[in-house]
Amino acid sequence: MRHDRTTTVIIAAFVLLVVAGKWLPQWAMFIMTIALARGLVVLGLLLLLRAGLVSFGQALFYCIGAYAAGALGRFFGISDIFIEMLVGGVLAAATAFVLGFLLARYRGIFFGLLSLALSMILYGLLVKTEALGSTDGFNILPSTLFGWKPGADWVRYAVLVSAGAVVAFACMLVHRYLQTPLGRLAPAIKDNEIRVEYMGASARHAVHVMYVIAAALAGIGGALAATTVGHIDPEMAYWTSSGEFIFIAILAGTGNVLAPFVGALIYGAIHTMAYDLSPNTWQMSLGVALLVLIVFLPEGVWSLGKLRARRT
Amino acid sequence: MPAVLDAQGLCKTFGAVTAAAEVSAAIEKDSVVGLIGTNGAGKTTFINMITGYLKPDRGAIHYEGRDITRLPPREITRLGICRSFQIPQLYGSLTVLDNVMVGIGIVLRNAGLAGYLSRDDVPVPGFGRPAREVAEQLLGRFGLLEDRGRNAQVLPGGARKLLDIALTMVAKPRVLLLDEPTSGVSSGEKFGIMQMVLDAARAEGATVLFVEHDMEVVSRFAQRVLAFYDGRIIADAAPKAALDDPQVKRYVVGHRA
Repeated sequence: MRHDRTTTVIIAAFVLLVVAGKWLPQWAMFIMTIALARGLVVLGLLLLLRAGLVSFGQALFYCIGAYAAGALGRFFGISDIFIEMLVGGVLAAATAFVLGFLLARYRGIFFGLLSLALSMILYGLLVKTEALGSTDGFNILPSTLFGWKPGADWVRYAVLVSAGAVVAFACMLVHRYLQTPLGRLAPAIKDNEIRVEYMGASARHAVHVMYVIAAALAGIGGALAATTVGHIDPEMAYWTSSGEFIFIAILAGTGNVLAPFVGALIYGAIHTMAYDLSPNTWQMSLGVALLVLIVFLPEGVWSLGKLRARRT
Repeated sequence: MPAVLDAQGLCKTFGAVTAAAEVSAAIEKDSVVGLIGTNGAGKTTFINMITGYLKPDRGAIHYEGRDITRLPPREITRLGICRSFQIPQLYGSLTVLDNVMVGIGIVLRNAGLAGYLSRDDVPVPGFGRPAREVAEQLLGRFGLLEDRGRNAQVLPGGARKLLDIALTMVAKPRVLLLDEPTSGVSSGEKFGIMQMVLDAARAEGATVLFVEHDMEVVSRFAQRVLAFYDGRIIADAAPKAALDDPQVKRYVVGHRA
């Protein structure tokens, strides 16, 4: 396989994470793992955005992934990180496969609001489901790794490295996917769907495939977030949760497969600092940060690199 | 000569407007057919029905003996009937090269699932060479190679028109339908563009139907003319005979009758 710069950067970033990760304080490991989990959801969002589709409901799949991970522990006693992520991703993808027959017909605001409505239906169902803890949700078993039960001082690192491995793998797959005919079809669908049909492709089919891939990524992210936080509740499917992912996508920009993770990390940092500085008005600080970014970096944080490249 | 495309008794109405009334025409393989008529005469409706954008109320369309009347545009395209547009339909935010690469991607995808996931270096079915080379050769044929890095949106009118037609050639058309290939192009460029397009079509062995308002272009390039008026074909003959037809003179060419 031919290696390009993005692939090299992905591998380098993963190695750095494995080596330097151990020296990070526990709270930083936590923030980073959560950023990786959110970044996965945003990576899926990015695929849809390239086709001009804004999903206001990625939290649906994020929540499905999280509850899949939780249910594995609660009903089957399984707490392996990789099994949780696998089952979370597969369940989310399966759900998207079914919903996709409906959603792939819609574009623009209809697609956005329909996806939002679907995530709110899940929220409504979870709130009423006593077996899954209704509004309180429930706790998740401590993470294990291939039968190994890491001690308290190793568990965060183990989860972080596992997350890094999955993210690196996902990034490489998506990066590769973007260079395939199917990946290339996304901006074409955004520009001129009629032409796509008249060149012999089905835009609806292509959107359906993207939707399923995005859901799988969100499901994996949800499972990862669940096992990291150790607790899940229906808020994960709430519309504010979807909004957070869109926030990160705008903040990051759609320039590269790594952008969502950089964006999610910055978001996590701003969020933590804003909460630390003013616990009651952190949303305001976050809002101001987004405003500043939209004004000064309309193409997201990722465009900083490009700006520099243009100047030199 | 066997008919590659056979339209029989096509009817289409939009409310009170009759866009097609018993339109029948058999198109022979390798022919170049000009469609003429005033605006609203039914030329584009005819093309839209053949390519599956509109479903005729009555009548049937056969392509190489196969009924294609109810098929959607993408399936008709896959069978080898490709069209260009009066107003160029491009991917505005992509470069000229990427516009063609999208098309080649679709060809690869339609060749099988493996094609969907293929990289740029696999040979494109029907061309036998890698995607990029195919794209560059196609752009070269239409004189667009120098513009390959520009955004389709910023191309001048003539180049947009050519790119629109180049995009139809990607799928290796057996029947090429050109909707006003020279509209919006300066009169000096018209003949050059038509020549370029017909050369490309001939190289592919495609049968060509083109809609045209410029009678000079029609008489120079068409072997046969279908004259439309009020949703009907009022003349179907060689260009000279068709343009001399009294009805065509009165309803299509106008005043000179």
